[in-house]
Amino acid sequence: MDKVIVAQNLSLSYSKDETIINKVSFSINSGSFVFITGASGSGKSTLLKSLYGALKPLEGSLVVAGVELKGVTKSKLNLLRKHTGIVFQDYKLVKEWTIEKNIMLPLIISGYDKSVTQNQVDSLLKHVRLKHQAGKYPKELSGGEQQRVAMARALSHNPVLILADEPTGNLDDYSSQLIWNLLEGANKQLKSTVIVVTHHIPETMSIDYKHFHIEYGSIHEVS
Amino acid sequence: MKSLKNHLSLVIALLSILFSIQTFIIVDRAIEAYKENLASNYSLVVVSKKILNEKILIAKNPLLREMHSLSPDSVIKKLNSGIEKKNLELLKLSLPKFYKVKLSHYPSPEEVNNLTKDLLRNSSVVKVETFSKSHDTTYKLLVLFKTVISVFAFSVAIVTILLISKELKIWQFKHNERMSIMALFGAPTWLRSAVLFRLSIVDALVASALAFVLFSYISATDWVSQEFSNIGIKITLFDPITDFALLLAVAITLSTLLASFIVLWHKEEV
Repeated sequence: MDKVIVAQNLSLSYSKDETIINKVSFSINSGSFVFITGASGSGKSTLLKSLYGALKPLEGSLVVAGVELKGVTKSKLNLLRKHTGIVFQDYKLVKEWTIEKNIMLPLIISGYDKSVTQNQVDSLLKHVRLKHQAGKYPKELSGGEQQRVAMARALSHNPVLILADEPTGNLDDYSSQLIWNLLEGANKQLKSTVIVVTHHIPETMSIDYKHFHIEYGSIHEVS
Repeated sequence: MKSLKNHLSLVIALLSILFSIQTFIIVDRAIEAYKENLASNYSLVVVSKKILNEKILIAKNPLLREMHSLSPDSVIKKLNSGIEKKNLELLKLSLPKFYKVKLSHYPSPEEVNNLTKDLLRNSSVVKVETFSKSHDTTYKLLVLFKTVISVFAFSVAIVTILLISKELKIWQFKHNERMSIMALFGAPTWLRSAVLFRLSIVDALVASALAFVLFSYISATDWVSQEFSNIGIKITLFDPITDFALLLAVAITLSTLLASFIVLWHKEEV
């Protein structure tokens, strides 16, 4: 099976004084569903940031979808991000744009046709049960609804890789379940590789998944 | 409403800089027109022992525009009584020749000095009357006026640059988040900054259009033209083609520079 992520002796740090992730090596197969768990401050989100190039490796090598992220050029990074769907803990929606336009963002960036874009957005709005809110702005929605919008945005361009940073943190059960269903659906139907950073793995998972745990700067697979 | 406020702050900053530029242009034109006016009224008197070749002198010195000999008849008339006609003719021949000299532009005191020296190099020329006292005072007044206006325009420009730099910080704060989010989804720089450039160009167009309306109104108003004609000058207050093109170019350059700085200083939020 193809490897979508290969890390070798990877070290990550925000400053020279403190290394968050220390010389870890792991790989993730294409099309797999992966949970990364760990205590607060263990480096889960840091590792995820490195996977979309927001944090460059301090040491070692990190290859995502064939792109070496150490010393990656802007154009290569943009290309990788165009094929990646990211869900952030704080949603990161554009405040001055409507829900509809926020979901459209990856499609606009990828240069999709307007009619394709509109159809895709309409379909996703139905999936996240926000069709009636399409013209609203993020601040007019609840936290759960905003995270559903962020989820729809991450899926809109059928990405090969989906990265989610605690996507259900502080959400009600209804929104949480909807998000897990969408992530499972993307993995099953779109064959996207899904990597989720979370504190708790939901008990309702209906698909096979891998589980990595981060502790004291190192990562190990939980069988 | 908030968006309108954001637009207004840049539009006002741009409009004030356009206003100061056009005001400076008007004052400069007025001073030039006034100088021309003064030049046409100002003349030197050259006294020569012999008849001077006017054409040669004008060709030698570009400052000279016209040279007319002054008739000695008025002097002769005063001496007319009791002098024989034959003697009067002799007197007429022995009188020095007077020339009224018109200049191509209103000269600076240095130019007047140089011209005087130049004319006196001719051995026939015995005196050059420049009326320097009144000339120097008028010239100094003009220079002072131009300096005051330049200082005023410079001060307005400084204040406007400060306003624009403040605006830059507001825009940076306002657009940074959107640009960072777009970057996280792989948007190239041009796409991330497209909104910013569109907004800045729209603001530049609005500011230029407002300046166009304002100066078109001022140039169509009688009292401004009247004020200028009171001092004997007639100038174009606002040329709807060349002046507007200049103002538009300044506004677009400034606002796109502002947008470019924001793009250059953009830091991706992670």
